Amino acid sequence: METKPRLLNVLDWVSLVLFVIATGMVFFYAPTEAIMGQVQRVFYFHVATAWVGLLGFIAAGLAGIGYLRTNNLKWDNASLAAVEISLIFFAVAIVMGSIWARPSWGTYWTWEPRLTTATVTELIYAAYLLLRQGLEDPERRARFSAVYTILGCISVPITFVSIRLFRTIHPVVIGNADAAAQGGFSMTPAMFQTMMFSVVTFSVIFVALLWHRIRLGNLADKVEQLRLKLAQ
Amino acid sequence: MIYVRKLVKRFGLKAVLKGLDFQVEEGEFVALLGPNGAGKTTFLRILATLSRPSMGAIQVAGYQLPVQAAAVRRRLGVVSHLPLLYGDLTAEENLQFFARMYDLADSNRRISEVLGMVGLENRRRDLVRTFSRGMQQRLAIGRAVLHDPDVMLFDEPHTGLDQDACTMLDNVLREVAARGRTVVMTSHDLARVGALASRFDVLSRGVIAASIRRDQIEPDQILAFYRQTLEA
Amino acid sequence: MKPESVVSRTQETSESGPLAGARAFVRATFAVVWKDLAAEMRSRELISAMLVFALLVLFIFNFALELDPKTRSTVTAGVLWVTFTFAGTLGLNRSMAMEKDRGCLDGLLLTPVDRSAIYFGKMIGNLIFMFLVEAIVFPAYTVLYSANLFNLGLVFVVFLGSIGYIAMGTLLSAMAVQTRTRDILLPILLFPLTIPILIAAVKASAGFLAADPLPEILSWINLMVVYDVVFIAAAFMVFDYVVEE
Repeated sequence: METKPRLLNVLDWVSLVLFVIATGMVFFYAPTEAIMGQVQRVFYFHVATAWVGLLGFIAAGLAGIGYLRTNNLKWDNASLAAVEISLIFFAVAIVMGSIWARPSWGTYWTWEPRLTTATVTELIYAAYLLLRQGLEDPERRARFSAVYTILGCISVPITFVSIRLFRTIHPVVIGNADAAAQGGFSMTPAMFQTMMFSVVTFSVIFVALLWHRIRLGNLADKVEQLRLKLAQ
Repeated sequence: MIYVRKLVKRFGLKAVLKGLDFQVEEGEFVALLGPNGAGKTTFLRILATLSRPSMGAIQVAGYQLPVQAAAVRRRLGVVSHLPLLYGDLTAEENLQFFARMYDLADSNRRISEVLGMVGLENRRRDLVRTFSRGMQQRLAIGRAVLHDPDVMLFDEPHTGLDQDACTMLDNVLREVAARGRTVVMTSHDLARVGALASRFDVLSRGVIAASIRRDQIEPDQILAFYRQTLEA
Repeated sequence: MKPESVVSRTQETSESGPLAGARAFVRATFAVVWKDLAAEMRSRELISAMLVFALLVLFIFNFALELDPKTRSTVTAGVLWVTFTFAGTLGLNRSMAMEKDRGCLDGLLLTPVDRSAIYFGKMIGNLIFMFLVEAIVFPAYTVLYSANLFNLGLVFVVFLGSIGYIAMGTLLSAMAVQTRTRDILLPILLFPLTIPILIAAVKASAGFLAADPLPEILSWINLMVVYDVVFIAAAFMVFDYVVEE
């Protein structure tokens, strides 16, 4: 039995601590926003999870390319782990976005670029998982998954651009002075710091979760190998 | 002609071929025997360039696999237990299609020649889906020899054929082999194969367990030899 | 144990130069297209299934949506494209299933042609079938809903949109056909990835039908062209991985 690497242990604790601090910052350090009030605090984790989810998606694509080049199943493991975790991060981001949207736009949902793209990406994740379910042979499964993530990575930016050609009501937060008009707001330094800190926190959490998930996958493979040996 | 050294084929974590060595000189007719699931079809598919080896060195007709697979295909003719023919096209059209794909000169003459050899001259304008299984197999062999390959691979070609069809098939096989081609054929039918092959190899537990030439054994002893090898 | 008699040969070519390779590629592609067309002309399975399905979908839309003259113009583009995508999925599934079921795909892979030629051949074949169905849906829609669809811009948009959709669809159907959940999986894989081209196609179609000024529609057409080019190139690169074992 492999024991949990020490670095991972450290990472887990660091994640926990960062998360507590980030939560504290969100509720106590960042000032209450003038127009939206307390609901605005959702913003920090919303942006953080969305960003990190996006990076996870790209990581999955890169891991896919890694598999196609090396034929080493460990890359496939990494790709699967990245997709699973990004799936959840994006889901959290979308839900938080909805919580924000209700008081500011009067609706939980709207067909605008970022939200729709995020949903499309979730659908791609779901399709990815269903694709894997339909394949038994590990090598073929890894190959097809890699191809699909690559196609997804190409398609998502194009999707974003295409929906952006519609008019948007999603707040353009960074660099927008006329806050009230778009439902956005300009950020004070404290807010900016809170946001960046949240992004860092969730990045660390993502890496920790990814590591755990990859370890899980590798251990499962080992078990399978041992089982096969026994069966002979 | 065929030279295989330490061939390993894994499906995920399970190894089907475990360091297989195999060698065939030009003009030999090798019968590959073995129990179900031994890996005969897997092995043949690798030789046919339809599957990639996990490890090992393979050379067919002077070309390295898998890197020079495209060049090998030109010299290979493959017949499996599926006919690989298009039911909605006539016999002639099927051969025309493959003649084009193999980029053959003077295809009409060659097609007539091949149809004559497999005894389907008078059915050339009929749709393949109206053919009996025996006729489809004969046409499949025709397709396989169309481009005059040096090496022929047969995967259990007698499957599903009645006695008459089998006899006809044997005649065709003999004629095919008579032209000095190298043949590897997997089969369950030891009696039939005994009359055709110049060598018998037994594939068991992922390697070639035994090999014996026709002049070293009496035809009625082949079954005993086979059983003995499997029990060892 | 290596025998001396077997000498490793380097790749030999019957003709030399890149032009020969290109000609062989084109020849193989059109051989595959010809084969699909010839087979389809005999059985007419694909076309009839796609056609019946498309007409059924049109009918159902009549009951499901309020297609009075005023709302009709805004909804036509959407109805058309939904019909095309669903019928298209049917054709894509059957086209690949035909190859997979009799092991014909192996027969194709055994030939010494570039795998991409197989992709292109199947893609062009699928495209032709889709165009045929679209050519029949147009007059059908015109008759059923007394709408005027004979608009050159619209035809152009349908052309571009179909290319992108089928390019992606052929690639993904080659994947889906090798899974257990074959038929259900293709739409699930295909739709999220084709959303950009479908949005652009619907917006551009609606634009042409409403006789919007050309500069407005142009950005959608640009998007479609970009999508088509990018994904045909991508398919070119990854098709090998999808069919080889």
